[in-house]
Amino acid sequence: MRAVASLAAEPVFRNHAGKRPTPWEDVQDLVTYWHLLLNLVHRDLTVRYKRSVLGFFWSLLNPLLMMVILTIVFSHFFRFELAHYETYFISEYLVWVFFAQTTANSMASLAWNGPLMKRVRLPKTIFALSGTIAGLINLGLSTGPMLVIMVFVKAPIRPAMLFLPVSFLIIALFTLGVSLGLSALATYFDDVAQMYQVGIMGLMYLTPIMYPKTIIPGRFMWLVNANPLTHLFELARYPIYFGQLPPLHVVWLSLAAAVGALVIGWTIFRRLAGGFYLHI
Amino acid sequence: MLPLDPSVAIGLHDVAVRFRVPRRRIPTLKEWAIRRLTSGLAYEDFRGLDGVSLEVARGRSLGVIGANGAGKSTMLRVIAGILTPTAGEVVVRGRVAPIIELGTGFDQELSGRENVFFNGALLGRSRNEMRDRFDSIVDFAEIRDFIDAPLRTYSTGMAARLAFAVATTVDADVLLLDEILAVGDGAFTTKCRQRIESFRQAGVTILFVSHSLDAVCWLCDDALWLRDGKVAALGPAEQVAEEYRGWMGKDRPTARRLHGSDGI
Repeated sequence: MRAVASLAAEPVFRNHAGKRPTPWEDVQDLVTYWHLLLNLVHRDLTVRYKRSVLGFFWSLLNPLLMMVILTIVFSHFFRFELAHYETYFISEYLVWVFFAQTTANSMASLAWNGPLMKRVRLPKTIFALSGTIAGLINLGLSTGPMLVIMVFVKAPIRPAMLFLPVSFLIIALFTLGVSLGLSALATYFDDVAQMYQVGIMGLMYLTPIMYPKTIIPGRFMWLVNANPLTHLFELARYPIYFGQLPPLHVVWLSLAAAVGALVIGWTIFRRLAGGFYLHI
Repeated sequence: MLPLDPSVAIGLHDVAVRFRVPRRRIPTLKEWAIRRLTSGLAYEDFRGLDGVSLEVARGRSLGVIGANGAGKSTMLRVIAGILTPTAGEVVVRGRVAPIIELGTGFDQELSGRENVFFNGALLGRSRNEMRDRFDSIVDFAEIRDFIDAPLRTYSTGMAARLAFAVATTVDADVLLLDEILAVGDGAFTTKCRQRIESFRQAGVTILFVSHSLDAVCWLCDDALWLRDGKVAALGPAEQVAEEYRGWMGKDRPTARRLHGSDGI
C-alpha cells in the first residue's frame, strides 16, 4: 500500500557533475525549509538571552545605557548645537547596533553551524537570513524603550514614525547582503573576522551617527556621502528625529545600496558555498 | 542522464569527487591576495571517490565498508546532496533522510525538548508534526526526566539516544546511516538494531556505513568495499566482508599483527 501511494508522487533527486542551483532554485529551497528558518530565528532569540539574568531585556537595556553615556559625553563635553541630541543620536544608533551585531553574528553563525552543513543538505544562506530576521525582531522591540526615552526628554513623537517598518526593511536587506558576503569570506579566511573589527570601528566614525553632518570638513564630505550607511540610516533619522518622511533621493539611494549589497553579497556567497565543505 | 528504472532506489553512474585543495593551506585573505599576485598558488587533487558505479534496489540494504579515507562518508554525502560530484551522476528515488550520524545538529544550550523540535525542523518537520511524535521519541530515548534540562548536562549516551530517536522518526524511503551503532550501551544498541530491522521490513532502502563487519553482515543484504575511492568489491554482505577481512590480514601488516595475535 505504502509503495503504491508513494510511487505516484515519488521525488527523484539527481545530483550530477556541474550541478549548480540557479538563484531561483536557491530561493525555492529556502521556502521549503521555512520550518527550519523559524526554528533558527527562535534559537537565535532564545539562546542569546537564556543565560543572562536580565534575559531578553538586556538587549533593550544595552542601547539605552550606551545612549545615556554618549548623551552625557556629547551634550556636555563636546557640544553639538542640536536640539534633542538624545533623539538625534538614538535614531541612528539603534539601526547601527542592528547592522553591526547582525553582520558580526553572521560570521560566527556560519562557522558554528559548519558541522551541521556537513551532514544535512540545507540551504546555506539560511543562517544569514535567520540572523537578520532575529536582529530585525530585536530592532523592532528596541523602538519601545526608545519611545520611552523620547517621552522622558520631551522630544516630539510624530506620525512619520509609521514609516519606520519600511526603513527597517530596507536596512535589513542591505544588512543581509553584507552578512552573506562577509560570512562566506570569513569561512575561507581566518583574518576576515579580525579585519572586520577594525573595519566596523572605522565605519562607525565614518557614518554621522553621533555627530551632525555639518561638522565634516568639505574635502571629506564625499567620503561620508560615498558611505551607503549614511543614506540608509537617514531612513530612520528622518521619521524619528525630524518627524518627516525621508526625502525621495534618500529612499532611492538606500534602495540602490540595499539591492547592490544583496546582489554582490549573494554572488560571493554562491561562488564560495560549494567549497565551504573544505573549510569548516 | 541515467534511465529511470523504478526498481532502483539509488543509482551511481561513474561518480567521482575530486577536491581541489591548495598544496599549502592559505589561512588569510592577505596571504591569498599576495600569492595570487605572485602566482604562487599550487593546487593538488584529492580524490574522494573515483569512478564509482552501483545500483541499490528498492528495499535492499547495502553496507559500506573500507579503511578510513576510502570515501565512505564522501559517498553518503554525494547521495544526500551535500556534495556535488565532479563527474558522473547520482539518482535517488524517494525521500532521502539526511545522513544520520549521532549528535547531528544538537545545540548544547537548548533543552532536550527544544532540540527535538529543532532537529525535526532540520529534517523538514513542522512543530505540529513533531508534537505528535514527541512522546514516542522521548520514550524511545528514555530521557523523560531530563527532557527540559539543557543538552550540555546530558551524558554522551543520553545525547546519542535522543539523536537516534529523533533521526529515525522521519518517514523516509532512503536512510543513510553513518557509524550509528558505535556509541551507546548494549541494551540501547539492541534497540537501535531492532528499529533498523523494522525499517527493512517496511521496505526502506538503507545505506549503512560501518567499521563493524558483524553489524554489516547482520543488517545488510549486500556490501560494498571501497578502497581509495574505488569499488574493490560489491556483492552479498558475508562474501564482501570475508574478502575485506582477508585483505586486512594480508596487505596491512599492523592489521595482521592485531588479528594474528588474537589466537582465536
